[in-house]
Amino acid sequence: MARFSPGDGVTVRWSFPPGHIRTPYYIRGKSGEVAQVLDSFANPEELAFGRDGLPKQPLYRVRFAQNRVWPQYSGMVGDTIDVELYEHWLEREGAQ
Amino acid sequence: MIRNESSVLDHYQAMELAVSALLIEKGYFTEEDMVAEINAMEKRTPEIGAAVVARAWVDAEFKERLIEDGTAACESIGLDMGPTRLMVVESTNEVHNVIVCTLCSCFPRMLMGIPPDWYKSENYRSRVVREPRAVLKEFGTVLPDGISVRVHDNTADMRYLVLPRRPDGTEGMSQEELAKLVTRNSMIGVAIVEAP
Repeated sequence: MARFSPGDGVTVRWSFPPGHIRTPYYIRGKSGEVAQVLDSFANPEELAFGRDGLPKQPLYRVRFAQNRVWPQYSGMVGDTIDVELYEHWLEREGAQ
Repeated sequence: MIRNESSVLDHYQAMELAVSALLIEKGYFTEEDMVAEINAMEKRTPEIGAAVVARAWVDAEFKERLIEDGTAACESIGLDMGPTRLMVVESTNEVHNVIVCTLCSCFPRMLMGIPPDWYKSENYRSRVVREPRAVLKEFGTVLPDGISVRVHDNTADMRYLVLPRRPDGTEGMSQEELAKLVTRNSMIGVAIVEAP
Protein backbone atom coordinates (compact mmCIF):
# COMPACT_ATOMS: atom_id res chain seq x y z
CA MET A 1 0.00 0.00 0.00
CA ALA A 2 1.55 3.28 -1.09
CA ARG A 3 2.07 5.77 1.71
CA PHE A 4 1.78 8.88 -0.48
CA SER A 5 -0.85 10.00 -2.97
CA PRO A 6 -0.75 12.29 -6.00
CA GLY A 7 -0.48 15.92 -4.86
CA ASP A 8 1.30 15.10 -1.58
CA GLY A 9 4.30 17.28 -0.79
CA VAL A 10 7.39 15.13 -0.20
CA THR A 11 11.06 15.69 0.56
CA VAL A 12 13.82 13.39 -0.64
CA ARG A 13 16.01 12.12 2.22
CA TRP A 14 19.31 13.96 2.64
CA SER A 15 21.27 10.75 2.88
CA PHE A 16 24.41 9.34 1.32
CA PRO A 17 24.52 5.57 1.87
CA PRO A 18 27.14 3.49 0.06
CA GLY A 19 26.17 0.93 -2.57
CA HIS A 20 24.04 0.86 -5.71
CA ILE A 21 21.68 3.80 -5.22
CA ARG A 22 19.13 4.90 -7.84
CA THR A 23 18.39 8.28 -6.24
CA PRO A 24 20.36 10.98 -8.06
CA TYR A 25 22.53 13.20 -5.84
CA TYR A 26 21.08 16.45 -7.14
CA ILE A 27 17.58 15.63 -5.92
CA ARG A 28 18.49 14.64 -2.34
CA GLY A 29 17.10 17.08 0.20
CA LYS A 30 14.78 18.67 -2.39
CA SER A 31 11.01 18.95 -2.05
CA GLY A 32 8.39 18.31 -4.69
CA GLU A 33 4.95 16.89 -5.26
CA VAL A 34 3.87 13.33 -6.02
CA ALA A 35 2.74 13.34 -9.66
CA GLN A 36 1.95 9.65 -9.96
CA VAL A 37 2.08 6.48 -7.92
CA LEU A 38 3.70 3.85 -10.13
CA ASP A 39 3.77 0.16 -9.35
CA SER A 40 5.80 -1.52 -6.63
CA PHE A 41 9.17 -2.98 -7.57
CA ALA A 42 11.89 -5.04 -5.91
CA ASN A 43 14.37 -2.67 -4.27
CA PRO A 44 17.31 -2.23 -6.69
CA GLU A 45 19.65 -1.35 -3.81
CA GLU A 46 19.19 -4.95 -2.61
CA LEU A 47 19.00 -6.61 -6.04
CA ALA A 48 22.42 -5.16 -6.85
CA PHE A 49 23.94 -7.40 -4.17
CA GLY A 50 22.15 -10.56 -5.26
CA ARG A 51 19.40 -10.35 -2.63
CA ASP A 52 15.68 -10.63 -3.40
CA GLY A 53 14.83 -6.94 -2.89
CA LEU A 54 11.64 -7.82 -1.01
CA PRO A 55 9.32 -6.45 0.20
CA LYS A 56 8.68 -4.53 -3.00
CA GLN A 57 8.89 -0.77 -2.72
CA PRO A 58 6.25 1.57 -4.13
CA LEU A 59 7.77 3.75 -6.85
CA TYR A 60 6.66 7.34 -7.37
CA ARG A 61 7.02 9.91 -10.07
CA VAL A 62 7.78 13.07 -8.11
CA ARG A 63 7.60 16.48 -9.78
CA PHE A 64 9.98 19.23 -8.69
CA ALA A 65 9.86 22.90 -9.69
CA GLN A 66 13.20 23.56 -11.40
CA ASN A 67 13.71 26.81 -9.49
CA ARG A 68 13.48 24.85 -6.22
CA VAL A 69 16.07 22.32 -7.41
CA TRP A 70 18.57 24.79 -8.88
CA PRO A 71 18.72 28.19 -7.18
CA GLN A 72 20.36 29.67 -10.29
CA TYR A 73 17.82 28.17 -12.70
CA SER A 74 17.54 30.40 -15.75
CA GLY A 75 14.58 28.83 -17.55
CA MET A 76 10.92 29.61 -17.03
CA VAL A 77 9.04 29.54 -13.73
CA GLY A 78 6.77 26.69 -14.83
CA ASP A 79 9.63 24.36 -15.78
CA THR A 80 9.70 21.09 -13.85
CA ILE A 81 11.67 17.89 -13.52
CA ASP A 82 10.13 14.50 -12.78
CA VAL A 83 12.26 11.94 -10.99
CA GLU A 84 11.35 8.35 -10.14
CA LEU A 85 11.89 7.68 -6.45
CA TYR A 86 11.29 4.66 -4.24
CA GLU A 87 9.19 5.17 -1.12
CA HIS A 88 12.00 4.63 1.39
CA TRP A 89 13.69 7.75 -0.03
CA LEU A 90 10.69 10.01 0.65
CA GLU A 91 9.48 11.85 3.72
CA ARG A 92 6.39 13.99 4.08
CA GLU A 93 7.35 17.59 3.32
CA GLY A 94 7.84 19.57 6.51
CA ALA A 95 8.08 16.42 8.68
CA GLN A 96 11.88 16.36 9.02
CA MET B 1 33.60 -13.70 -29.96
CA ILE B 2 35.35 -11.40 -32.39
CA ARG B 3 35.66 -7.95 -30.97
CA ASN B 4 36.77 -4.74 -32.46
CA GLU B 5 38.95 -3.32 -29.75
CA SER B 6 42.28 -1.66 -29.37
CA SER B 7 45.06 -3.78 -27.91
CA VAL B 8 44.89 -1.97 -24.57
CA LEU B 9 41.67 -2.60 -22.68
CA ASP B 10 40.37 -0.08 -20.22
CA HIS B 11 39.01 -1.20 -16.85
CA TYR B 12 35.40 -1.65 -17.97
CA GLN B 13 36.30 -3.43 -21.21
CA ALA B 14 38.46 -5.88 -19.26
CA MET B 15 35.72 -6.40 -16.67
CA GLU B 16 33.09 -6.97 -19.35
CA LEU B 17 35.25 -9.60 -21.06
CA ALA B 18 36.02 -11.32 -17.78
CA VAL B 19 32.41 -11.35 -16.54
CA SER B 20 30.95 -12.56 -19.85
CA ALA B 21 33.60 -15.30 -20.07
CA LEU B 22 32.76 -16.41 -16.52
CA LEU B 23 29.00 -16.43 -17.13
CA ILE B 24 29.47 -18.50 -20.28
CA GLU B 25 31.86 -20.89 -18.52
CA LYS B 26 29.39 -21.34 -15.66
CA GLY B 27 26.59 -22.06 -18.12
CA TYR B 28 24.29 -19.10 -17.44
CA PHE B 29 24.14 -18.52 -21.17
CA THR B 30 26.10 -19.54 -24.26
CA GLU B 31 28.19 -17.52 -26.66
CA GLU B 32 25.40 -18.10 -29.23
CA ASP B 33 22.81 -16.60 -26.83
CA MET B 34 24.98 -13.54 -26.47
CA VAL B 35 25.38 -13.11 -30.23
CA ALA B 36 21.62 -13.58 -30.70
CA GLU B 37 20.87 -10.92 -28.08
CA ILE B 38 23.30 -8.45 -29.65
CA ASN B 39 21.76 -9.09 -33.08
CA ALA B 40 18.24 -8.60 -31.69
CA MET B 41 19.34 -5.35 -30.07
CA GLU B 42 20.80 -4.08 -33.32
CA LYS B 43 17.57 -4.85 -35.18
CA ARG B 44 15.61 -2.43 -33.03
CA THR B 45 15.52 1.03 -34.56
CA PRO B 46 13.64 4.28 -33.95
CA GLU B 47 11.23 3.34 -36.76
CA ILE B 48 9.42 1.13 -34.25
CA GLY B 49 8.82 4.09 -31.94
CA ALA B 50 7.90 6.32 -34.89
CA ALA B 51 5.16 3.88 -35.91
CA VAL B 52 3.77 3.96 -32.37
CA VAL B 53 3.76 7.78 -32.37
CA ALA B 54 2.06 7.99 -35.77
CA ARG B 55 -0.57 5.50 -34.68
CA ALA B 56 -1.28 7.59 -31.57
CA TRP B 57 -1.68 10.71 -33.73
CA VAL B 58 -4.33 9.14 -35.95
CA ASP B 59 -6.04 6.84 -33.45
CA ALA B 60 -7.38 8.67 -30.38
CA GLU B 61 -8.43 5.49 -28.63
CA PHE B 62 -4.92 4.00 -29.03
CA LYS B 63 -3.36 7.22 -27.78
CA GLU B 64 -5.48 7.12 -24.66
CA ARG B 65 -4.41 3.54 -23.94
CA LEU B 66 -0.78 4.39 -24.70
CA ILE B 67 -0.71 7.15 -22.12
CA GLU B 68 -2.66 5.08 -19.59
CA ASP B 69 -0.41 2.00 -19.90
CA GLY B 70 2.33 2.24 -22.52
CA THR B 71 3.49 -1.35 -22.09
CA ALA B 72 0.03 -2.87 -22.59
CA ALA B 73 -0.80 -0.60 -25.54
CA CYS B 74 2.44 -1.52 -27.35
CA GLU B 75 1.98 -5.21 -26.63
CA SER B 76 -1.57 -4.98 -28.03
CA ILE B 77 -0.10 -4.06 -31.43
CA GLY B 78 2.38 -6.94 -31.32
CA LEU B 79 5.51 -5.26 -29.96
CA ASP B 80 7.73 -7.20 -27.58
CA MET B 81 8.42 -4.90 -24.64
CA GLY B 82 10.76 -7.17 -22.69
CA PRO B 83 11.10 -6.73 -18.94
CA THR B 84 10.91 -2.93 -18.78
CA ARG B 85 7.77 -0.86 -18.45
CA LEU B 86 6.91 1.96 -20.78
CA MET B 87 5.70 5.40 -19.77
CA VAL B 88 4.58 7.67 -22.59
CA VAL B 89 4.57 11.41 -21.93
CA GLU B 90 2.71 13.69 -24.31
CA SER B 91 4.08 17.04 -25.41
CA THR B 92 1.42 19.67 -26.00
CA ASN B 93 1.08 23.40 -26.53
CA GLU B 94 1.61 23.79 -22.77
CA VAL B 95 4.32 21.25 -21.91
CA HIS B 96 7.38 20.02 -23.78
CA ASN B 97 8.89 16.77 -22.46
CA VAL B 98 12.51 15.66 -22.65
CA ILE B 99 14.05 12.45 -21.28
CA VAL B 100 17.40 11.63 -19.72
CA CYS B 101 18.94 9.05 -17.43
CA THR B 102 21.34 10.93 -15.19
CA LEU B 103 22.65 7.73 -13.59
CA CYS B 104 23.50 5.67 -16.68
CA SER B 105 21.79 5.15 -20.04
CA CYS B 106 18.22 3.97 -19.36
CA PHE B 107 16.43 4.29 -22.69
CA PRO B 108 13.31 2.79 -24.32
CA ARG B 109 15.45 0.38 -26.32
CA MET B 110 12.49 -1.81 -27.27
CA LEU B 111 11.12 1.10 -29.30
CA MET B 112 14.29 2.91 -30.34
CA GLY B 113 17.21 0.49 -30.19
CA ILE B 114 20.57 1.54 -28.84
CA PRO B 115 20.74 5.12 -27.50
CA PRO B 116 22.88 7.64 -29.38
CA ASP B 117 26.33 8.33 -27.88
CA TRP B 118 25.43 11.88 -26.87
CA TYR B 119 22.52 10.54 -24.79
CA LYS B 120 25.05 8.61 -22.69
CA SER B 121 27.52 11.48 -22.46
CA GLU B 122 28.21 13.17 -19.15
CA ASN B 123 27.65 16.51 -20.86
CA TYR B 124 24.03 15.74 -21.83
CA ARG B 125 23.20 13.86 -18.63
CA SER B 126 24.46 16.58 -16.31
CA ARG B 127 23.27 19.62 -18.27
CA VAL B 128 19.81 18.71 -19.51
CA VAL B 129 18.50 18.50 -15.97
CA ARG B 130 19.70 21.93 -14.91
CA GLU B 131 19.64 23.93 -18.15
CA PRO B 132 17.28 22.06 -20.46
CA ARG B 133 16.46 25.09 -22.58
CA ALA B 134 20.13 25.73 -23.35
CA VAL B 135 20.60 22.07 -24.34
CA LEU B 136 17.47 22.12 -26.52
CA LYS B 137 18.79 25.22 -28.24
CA GLU B 138 22.00 23.38 -29.11
CA PHE B 139 19.80 20.85 -30.92
CA GLY B 140 18.16 23.74 -32.77
CA THR B 141 15.00 23.57 -30.69
CA VAL B 142 13.70 26.89 -29.40
CA LEU B 143 10.33 26.70 -27.70
CA PRO B 144 7.85 29.56 -27.82
CA ASP B 145 7.20 31.42 -24.56
CA GLY B 146 4.45 29.87 -22.53
CA ILE B 147 5.55 26.27 -23.07
CA SER B 148 6.96 24.69 -19.92
CA VAL B 149 9.83 22.25 -20.15
CA ARG B 150 9.42 19.04 -18.19
CA VAL B 151 12.51 16.88 -17.84
CA HIS B 152 12.06 13.19 -17.01
CA ASP B 153 14.96 11.50 -15.28
CA ASN B 154 14.26 7.80 -15.88
CA THR B 155 16.47 6.19 -13.31
CA ALA B 156 14.32 3.32 -12.06
CA ASP B 157 11.94 0.73 -13.49
CA MET B 158 10.07 2.75 -16.12
CA ARG B 159 11.34 3.73 -19.56
CA TYR B 160 10.08 6.95 -21.09
CA LEU B 161 9.01 7.78 -24.61
CA VAL B 162 8.05 11.29 -25.61
CA LEU B 163 4.90 11.51 -27.71
CA PRO B 164 5.78 14.63 -29.69
CA ARG B 165 3.17 17.19 -30.66
CA ARG B 166 1.72 16.50 -34.10
CA PRO B 167 2.77 19.37 -36.36
CA ASP B 168 0.14 21.68 -37.79
CA GLY B 169 -0.61 21.21 -41.45
CA THR B 170 -0.41 17.39 -41.39
CA GLU B 171 -4.15 16.76 -41.11
CA GLY B 172 -4.37 15.04 -44.49
CA MET B 173 -1.41 12.72 -44.00
CA SER B 174 -1.64 8.95 -43.54
CA GLN B 175 -0.21 7.08 -40.58
CA GLU B 176 2.65 5.80 -42.75
CA GLU B 177 3.48 9.28 -44.02
CA LEU B 178 3.37 10.70 -40.50
CA ALA B 179 5.70 7.98 -39.19
CA LYS B 180 8.38 9.16 -41.63
CA LEU B 181 8.37 12.61 -39.98
CA VAL B 182 9.03 11.26 -36.48
CA THR B 183 12.72 11.29 -35.59
CA ARG B 184 14.60 9.62 -32.75
CA ASN B 185 15.47 13.02 -31.31
CA SER B 186 11.81 14.04 -31.24
CA MET B 187 10.98 10.94 -29.20
CA ILE B 188 13.76 11.83 -26.75
CA GLY B 189 12.42 15.37 -26.70
CA VAL B 190 15.45 17.33 -27.89
CA ALA B 191 13.66 18.10 -31.15
CA ILE B 192 10.13 18.80 -32.29
CA VAL B 193 8.46 17.20 -35.30
CA GLU B 194 8.28 19.51 -38.29
CA ALA B 195 5.68 19.42 -41.04
CA PRO B 196 7.23 18.50 -44.41
